[in-house]
Amino acid sequence: MLVTQIPYHQVRDDLWRPLAGASKRYTLILALLSVVALWGLVAWGYQIHVGIGVAGIQRPVFWGFYLVDFVFWIGISHAGTLISAILRLTDANWRKPVTRAAEAITVFALMIGGMFPLIHLGRVWLFYWLFPYPNSRLLWPNYRSPLMWDVTAISTYLIGSLIFLYLPLIPDVAQLAQEASGWRLRLYKLIALGWTGSDREWHALERAMKLMAGIILAVAISVHSVVAWDFAMAIAPMWHSTIFGPYFVVGAIFSGLAGLIVALNIIRKTMHLENYLLPHHFDNLAKLLLLMSLLWLYFTFAEHLTVWYGNEPKEMSVFGARVSGRFSPEFWLMVFVNFAVPFVLLGIRRLRSITTATIASVGVLIGMWLERYLIIIPTLSMPRLQSSWGRYAPSWVEISITVATFAAMAALYLVFSKLFPIVSVWEFEPHEEEH
Amino acid sequence: MSQAITQSHSWGMAIDLDRCTGCQACVAACHAENNISVSDPESAAKGRAVHWIRVDRYYEGEFPDVRVKYRPVLCQQCDEAPCEPVCPVYATYHNDEGLNVQVYNRCVGTRYCGNNCPYSVRFFNWFDPVWAEPLQLQQNPDVSIREGGVMEKCTFCIQRISRAKDDARGEGRPLKDGDVQTACVQSCPAEAMVFGDLNDPESKVSLLAKSGRATQLLEELGTKPKVFYLERAK
Repeated sequence: MLVTQIPYHQVRDDLWRPLAGASKRYTLILALLSVVALWGLVAWGYQIHVGIGVAGIQRPVFWGFYLVDFVFWIGISHAGTLISAILRLTDANWRKPVTRAAEAITVFALMIGGMFPLIHLGRVWLFYWLFPYPNSRLLWPNYRSPLMWDVTAISTYLIGSLIFLYLPLIPDVAQLAQEASGWRLRLYKLIALGWTGSDREWHALERAMKLMAGIILAVAISVHSVVAWDFAMAIAPMWHSTIFGPYFVVGAIFSGLAGLIVALNIIRKTMHLENYLLPHHFDNLAKLLLLMSLLWLYFTFAEHLTVWYGNEPKEMSVFGARVSGRFSPEFWLMVFVNFAVPFVLLGIRRLRSITTATIASVGVLIGMWLERYLIIIPTLSMPRLQSSWGRYAPSWVEISITVATFAAMAALYLVFSKLFPIVSVWEFEPHEEEH
Repeated sequence: MSQAITQSHSWGMAIDLDRCTGCQACVAACHAENNISVSDPESAAKGRAVHWIRVDRYYEGEFPDVRVKYRPVLCQQCDEAPCEPVCPVYATYHNDEGLNVQVYNRCVGTRYCGNNCPYSVRFFNWFDPVWAEPLQLQQNPDVSIREGGVMEKCTFCIQRISRAKDDARGEGRPLKDGDVQTACVQSCPAEAMVFGDLNDPESKVSLLAKSGRATQLLEELGTKPKVFYLERAK
């Protein structure tokens, strides 16, 4: 809308400006984030050296923070693909300044999330045994295991979302290459793949992007369904649920949207893109967030209602621990930040603003992390035979690695926004022929 | 490998709960036989003690008329084992004698099998095992030491099964009922436990499994356990 009234050369200058040079503040923050992220690597190294036992997990809670983080980050990764793919497919014009930021979140969140299955392995140095290749053990991986579905789905998704981020990046880097010099010129030239901007190329790009949007949508849904099935295929109480696939997909989009809103607000403030990321973008995203909040509530309600009504003792142990037992503070905090806060802040039109959308989004990020914690830990703490019930508390290693992933995410994002325009430039270019 | 004679076995166990006194001799025998490391108090308090067989306690009645019932729980060697399909690397699988075997060298430590075992009888090696001197001197040379990062559990003393088969083959006779005794069965002072071949209709364990007193733990899950608990009919 308003963006189109800005002349194109102005758009280009505005969006390229953040690429040049690095302010003191930028360097400082990046250094700080890198230190935290490196600390996580140190913690992981310590765990590999001494043994996975330095984490707080124990029998019967064999999965802890690592799996919570895994599901959380894979969920965040749904920001890009789903939001940008849906909006691309539906030709929603307001999406233009939003999609690249979302697609970048997807790639980085996937890279981080995809590390957790490795981090949690007892013998991580043998991780490649999970890949199907002719080997001296004469063993094919066991594709009956949902973990193999995970390996397949997540690697497909990572490759797909990389392509999905890459394609619309090509025209931008080709433009950048014209004015860059030194290592930047070499980098942009390499990435631009000799893009000249001919009609044939534009046509091919457009078609490829449409195709990828369709494919990535299907892959994204399958990925989080598979993540859900890691739990749903097990016969543990309150895991063995038929709605886990769609429930997790909804939760993933929900948390992904929240992550996107927070990222966009930071980008808007720090890169001075107030003229590009407009209130109505946030308004639209906030409405989507509200919709996902209600959908999430519906799934959560349906899941808990059926368990409660069924009144099966083993399931009720877990249900009780969540709703009124020792996990109830986390449970009700989750309901509060995932439903009550967005419902009030975003549901009442007068209260809906960029600030309230960001506040609600931060809450949703916390709430969705808690949701995964509440799905994994109570069930594992209360296996069917009560004699084996146990407790779980994370160790400093798990906490360090968890914190480090947030720092790594922010650092990767900072670096990316220095190398490439975080808002796609070429999409604002006036076209002679309309597609 | 798979001769007709070995395929015909289906190893099972019967445990008489009316005889069990909860003395824990089976637990100690299992530790000695299977090179299970003894955990220190801190890690035991954390929930990291390893006991391939444990004795669960159940209290019946109201005070002062309380009765304690003991139930030794070990890997139930399920014929429909939930732990098996979830392992991505076939570290746990069903062998042709009906045993749910754990191949330590294949295990990468996803611990999914432990999560999906309704009996919670799977144990993880959080670190490389250590034995306080001089306990390492009594290690069983027939049983491998498990390194850190792999899952382990009761094997039905598979090393004793192999030895009994070897002995029988050496003497040129078929394996007969009672040739194989697991460490827990051998050490039970109340003779509450019986081990044998469920495929042999005349074996002691087969007869007990068919008796009216036999039940299976969590049998409603359809895991088809091969451990039968004998209880007085109520």
